[in-house]
Amino acid sequence: MNPSVDTLRATFGTAIGRSSVTRDGVSTVDVACAQALKVFEFLRSSEHYDYLVDLTAVEYRDPERPLEVVYLLRSLQGGAELRVKVLLDVRQELAVDSVVGVWAGANWLEREVFDMFGVQFRGHPDLRRILMWETYAEGHPLRKDFPLRGRFSRAEQVRQALAGHPEAHYSMEELSFADAHHDLPADMRERLRRGERGTIPHSE
Amino acid sequence: MKHVATETVTGQNPNWLLAKLDDLVNWARANSLWPMPFGTACCAIEFMATAASRFDFARFGMERQAFSPRQADVLICAGRLPFKLAPVIRRVYDQMPQPKWVISMGACASSGGIFDNYAMVQGIDTIVPVDVYVPGCPPRPEGLLYGVLLLHKKIKGESLADRALRDEHPLDDTGLRLPPDTIDEISEPFGNSVHQFRSA
Repeated sequence: MNPSVDTLRATFGTAIGRSSVTRDGVSTVDVACAQALKVFEFLRSSEHYDYLVDLTAVEYRDPERPLEVVYLLRSLQGGAELRVKVLLDVRQELAVDSVVGVWAGANWLEREVFDMFGVQFRGHPDLRRILMWETYAEGHPLRKDFPLRGRFSRAEQVRQALAGHPEAHYSMEELSFADAHHDLPADMRERLRRGERGTIPHSE
Repeated sequence: MKHVATETVTGQNPNWLLAKLDDLVNWARANSLWPMPFGTACCAIEFMATAASRFDFARFGMERQAFSPRQADVLICAGRLPFKLAPVIRRVYDQMPQPKWVISMGACASSGGIFDNYAMVQGIDTIVPVDVYVPGCPPRPEGLLYGVLLLHKKIKGESLADRALRDEHPLDDTGLRLPPDTIDEISEPFGNSVHQFRSA
């Protein structure tokens, strides 16, 4: 067991839930959602977990089991690895504090978890879809209640896909600092000037 | 040498040749196809092998790959096409000047293949018209070459008199190339994927 787990338990008490060592030899610890950000700041500053290897989520087929947001941390100095899980009740609002302020690399990882699972990251500087296009309206594809082939008919999916402009896959911000900014069509530069960006329609 | 050449030509009788304009034009078109590779997945690896020295589709007049649609004759979609790329391939196709043809290379481009899911176009023929489908997962270079030769055959059967062949068919008011019912029908699951649920 990673000694950081005991340190966490001593520091945060009941906010630290079940802990175990999984078969891959990595210590895994559950953390209450409310204290998660404080725990991560502590791990970063006091325990020297300076590298966020991955941030992802798991939803289980069992509807009683909570959705887990998984953080895989590594300390580059000590070589220690720690897996932290924040459990979210699927029937409640899926929201957790963003750790972009702790590890800047969490930015796109949190966007991916938001895109695929619909988990809101409070305080994320730019929380929008990253894999699906911004106007994708069918929901969050990796949720268990999402049908494999999507919610719309194939014809509707094709229609919506074709209705999108290829450039619309990039945000206006991404286009604005692209080298090609001066070559953009006039209407797109006008949209940039107005600060317009695709909105994420709410599904369900 | 010059003298000999002249004598040889003048020695022929009659010294002229008759051919149908169609045959001449189609011969030229079929043997100078410039491909626009739209490689998205493993099929593109086989496509590159086809273009490289061992299989060398330059033998069939496809010497120059046109990485700009504006200088391309045949769009080769090599690989699966996600919905996110649907408007891209449609724009590439629209930018290609007539005459133009499309080869759908591999199972995924032709039918969605094993990717019967929320993210994948179930056959690029729901987006652009396709002339030749090359089956395989991925097709070997010989397969692609056979598809190219089939396209040659198709081109050689075309006629300049048939102007409708070269009509542009932009997306209609519904924003689709085919009627919605047709798209739903050809996107129906088949094979193993009929056993998957459409839940929720």
